[in-house]
Amino acid sequence: MKIKLLDIAHGRSGDKGDAGNVGVIAYDDKGYEIIKKYLTEERVKEHFKGICLGKVERFELPNIRALNFLLHNTLGGGGTVSLKHDAQGKTLATAMLRMELEID
Amino acid sequence: MKEKIKIASGQGFWGDLIDAPYNQVMEGDIDYLVMDYLAEVTMSILQKQKNINPKFGYARDIPALMKRILPTCKEKGIKVITNGGGVNPIGCAEAIIEVAEELKISGLKVAVVLGDDIKDRLDELIEKGEDLNNMETGEEIITVKDKLLSANVYLGAFPIVEALQKGADIVITGRTTDTGLTLAPMIYEFGWAKDNYDLMAAGTVAGHILECGGQASGGNFLGDWQSVPDMANIGFPIAEAYPNGEFVITKHESLGGLVSFETVAEQLVYEIGDPKKYITPDCVADFTSIHLEDLGNNRVKVYGIKGEKETDTYKVSCSYADGYSASATLTYSWPQALTKAKAADQILRKRLEKLNLDFDEINTEFLGYNACHGPLSKKLDEDDINEIVLKVSVRSHDKNSVTRFGKEIAPLILTGPPGVTGFAGGRPKPSEVVAYWPALIRKDVIQTEVKILEV
Repeated sequence: MKIKLLDIAHGRSGDKGDAGNVGVIAYDDKGYEIIKKYLTEERVKEHFKGICLGKVERFELPNIRALNFLLHNTLGGGGTVSLKHDAQGKTLATAMLRMELEID
Repeated sequence: MKEKIKIASGQGFWGDLIDAPYNQVMEGDIDYLVMDYLAEVTMSILQKQKNINPKFGYARDIPALMKRILPTCKEKGIKVITNGGGVNPIGCAEAIIEVAEELKISGLKVAVVLGDDIKDRLDELIEKGEDLNNMETGEEIITVKDKLLSANVYLGAFPIVEALQKGADIVITGRTTDTGLTLAPMIYEFGWAKDNYDLMAAGTVAGHILECGGQASGGNFLGDWQSVPDMANIGFPIAEAYPNGEFVITKHESLGGLVSFETVAEQLVYEIGDPKKYITPDCVADFTSIHLEDLGNNRVKVYGIKGEKETDTYKVSCSYADGYSASATLTYSWPQALTKAKAADQILRKRLEKLNLDFDEINTEFLGYNACHGPLSKKLDEDDINEIVLKVSVRSHDKNSVTRFGKEIAPLILTGPPGVTGFAGGRPKPSEVVAYWPALIRKDVIQTEVKILEV
């Protein structure tokens, strides 16, 4: 079965130096089980191909049904140096939510 | 000891809603108004302003705000804590004293926290063995030392606690952590011990939720954003804190916005790294221990927070001049808007190449097509897009190259693809690029001081 991440989760993104931080929060426990299982570092790295040029780190916050991702080498040098329109990674969260997941 | 205190967020960054702190003071009972004005880049901007006029260097919105809220704060006993002192907290405090005198308010204590600004101490500190290497890249400070615009230590809550103990009504700091502004009144009012790390972490988490203002009360909410009531009159978040470390995030009833599990959860994950190690000068908070309970009616209870001992270093935030940049936009219309914008970009690049200029980077983006989500953007019929904004940005250590770039934009209107508009405001001028240099420093080489100004 194919599901849209947008339908089961929301989130927020921002910058940490040249890395983008993307928090993904499931709307319910079932949604958290899905993102915990399928939203792997590899899957996220593949999704952000051409955007995230470094490694992807994943952290779990089961207490708020959330995963936090650090997307390294993503913001064109970060903050004030970056020439990118979205130098602070504000739209990385919605870019993440474009993902479709094939689940069992 | 008070049974509870209400700490209201008044500002999420310098340039935030001017009326937000005013509304926090006027629309309901609060005990503290805390305002975060300092983003990483703000200190360098303030330092530049101070270089021009030694009286400047702080968030100059503050005296104007004080004029509006000081009489009510005085009457109700509301204390104000802010890091808007920037690189001139004394100047900020003096400006507030002037406002108080103008309003004929007396018996007011304005405290200033000093010791974060280490720009003039760098040689001494390096001599003492502080390497101040870039904590992200490992580069040595010597490579940027002559270009440094500012150098500040992120101080924690305790200098503010000292100020409150000395009877301050208003506390002005320079570079203090956003979280310390909120943690400090809890430590002071509830008599929390420095080594009770769970309590330090509780106040720190409250600070993290408040530090971005309306972003915790319905602003920039990616959940059901259209369900947020009356965003035009958004009320900033308020932490109702209890001595046991539990707190409730809420807002004034009369104001708009939304405080729910979802809005608070989004703020919790904002700009964090490893959630188990949220490092501040006061503790290491564990964000995976946070429990949220939506009580309904714009009230979310936060409890169960765990923390560990603080590290033995402060984070230092330096900024340095790192060349120049400029960016320009042109708007191309249907038909073939994107094709035209791409052609214009190629023509511009050929012209720049012929001029033998020196750029570190040239970046082209097509707003309306893929500037936000890049390769993840939905494919559109390229010939049928209504309009596209071409945005070209350059960065260089050679100012002349950036200036020359600015002269090549307007000519594209008469000597490039057709159907173009939206060029106004003259040639884009070079602006100085300020880069950020994060480092660590041992805590024992930093001494803080609290000064009291009275009227």
